[in-house]
Amino acid sequence: MQVTSEMGDYVTKHTLETFGFLPKFSQDEVYKQIAYVLAQGWTPAIEHEHPSKAFNHYWTMWKLPFFGEQDLGHVVAELEACHRKYPDHHIRLLGYDNYTQSQGLAFVVYEGRG
Amino acid sequence: MAKNYQAGVKEYREMYWTPDYVPLDTDLLACFKCTGQPGVPREEVAAAVAAESSTGTWSTVWSELLTDLEYYKGRAYRIEDVPGDSESFYAFIAYPIDLFEEGSIVNVLTSLVGNVFGFKALKHLRLEDIRFPIAYIKTCGGPPAGIQVERDRLNKYGRPMLGATIKPKLGLSAKNYGRAVYECLRGGLDLTKDDENVNSQPFMRWRDRFEFVAEAVMKSQQETGERKGHYLNVTASTPEEMYKRAEFAKELGMPIIMHDFLTGGFTANTGLANWCRDNGMLLHIHRAMHAVIDRHPKHGIHFRVLAKCLRLSGGDHLHTGTVVGKLEGDRASTLGFVDQLRESFVPEDRSRGVFFDQDWGSMAGVFAVASGGIHVWHMPSLVTIFGDDSVLQFGGGTQGHPWGNAAGAAANRVSLEACVKARNEGRELEKEGGDILREAAQHSPELAMAMETWKEIKFEFETVDKLDVG
Repeated sequence: MQVTSEMGDYVTKHTLETFGFLPKFSQDEVYKQIAYVLAQGWTPAIEHEHPSKAFNHYWTMWKLPFFGEQDLGHVVAELEACHRKYPDHHIRLLGYDNYTQSQGLAFVVYEGRG
Repeated sequence: MAKNYQAGVKEYREMYWTPDYVPLDTDLLACFKCTGQPGVPREEVAAAVAAESSTGTWSTVWSELLTDLEYYKGRAYRIEDVPGDSESFYAFIAYPIDLFEEGSIVNVLTSLVGNVFGFKALKHLRLEDIRFPIAYIKTCGGPPAGIQVERDRLNKYGRPMLGATIKPKLGLSAKNYGRAVYECLRGGLDLTKDDENVNSQPFMRWRDRFEFVAEAVMKSQQETGERKGHYLNVTASTPEEMYKRAEFAKELGMPIIMHDFLTGGFTANTGLANWCRDNGMLLHIHRAMHAVIDRHPKHGIHFRVLAKCLRLSGGDHLHTGTVVGKLEGDRASTLGFVDQLRESFVPEDRSRGVFFDQDWGSMAGVFAVASGGIHVWHMPSLVTIFGDDSVLQFGGGTQGHPWGNAAGAAANRVSLEACVKARNEGRELEKEGGDILREAAQHSPELAMAMETWKEIKFEFETVDKLDVG
């Protein structure tokens, strides 16, 4: 942890909400967050969108949410398949929580080049 | 049995102490901590409280015989010792639901904490808890949006939201104030807040503030790609003025406004909550004056009651204290009323100061707001204590950063996300917090600087109002 006495100049970042301020996740770090979603009993789901339309509430859904999915490997395979098909899109993983009728977690796994 | 009118003064306990009574599901139940004058029996004190907060008056009156007081009266039905306190005791009182106007927190409080608090036979009196029957809850509007709707509108999932109160609290011009807002939001905060005493003073009139703040919110949204808001304080001297300001905030496209529910009053608050529901606005609630009412352990109203009342009256955020910062707050007790804001059912739990099971039914939840004297080093504890459905507000802890608001905001956002990530990975935040923050600071010079700046600041004083334990 290096602390400088120089005044810093903060450059505004374009970010995509939760985890947008952390360095890009390694594969292992992504897996751990997916494992967390599954452990909470939430339904994993994937959405993708072109960066020019990222501010909209609705992104395009990839297939349907993976109801009852317990296998981390399957979720990872779907993320990769979505990324292969839409390499220039943002791709985010959600965990639908049907008790709160909200999303327990949502974060962008792949950032598109927009 | 014929009733005859007999003028005079009766012992309260003859009519209002009913230890065999089994409360109905529709009864409103209250727990008072009573400290009687020396020599007055407990039953008489409890009965007096029941009487004076419901149908009774000091003297028998003939017109009592024109109604069925057996139906309308409040009943003291249980007395309990206060652990570790021989002077005081808890009195449990049941009130029939028909004593209260539907949807009127004003009416409930006017009865329960009205004249009785000045009653001479009592040295002190404190309303510890109210069990609102679900039948009554269904008559109240509650939060204009609630936690789930707010998350959807603002697109914030899987983490607490981050806010800051703009400082200095008084004296900035509208344009300079908007600058401070813009810097916080572009740096990574989700929300900023008017200080409670910022209304419409000569140095900054409300309309000017609203316009400059709106530009700050819109510009930061465009530049960051994230949704932002600023709680525009519409607390005003009259309801008419309050609504005028609320309308203008909506006209500017702002997502959220703010009100002080105790100084403004429950009538204003409930009206404003209804307006927000009708107009798609979120409502942040500040609690100025609460410590006057809730801090004394033997007199007044516990904050858990005020929090319940606010959820019923309406608000999407409520300040709850931080547990770790500069303001009063016992951890177990705070968690007890945080549950009352957010959960749909809260079971009785004396270790958290919860005296009754409370069923909230389908009423929307309120975000707990932790604000005051907190900084990045508190983040692991705050995330652990408050969980995701909270707003963590760092005022000085954002704007006191040596490089300014934007860098301070970024430091907070990095530390928050590092803590959430670590928690999700199964790490123990309160044990490993220091390591987690130091790891995160490796890639964030803003966080490293913040950690250096605030490393020595602690607020460790004894809590004045503790839970009653033996």
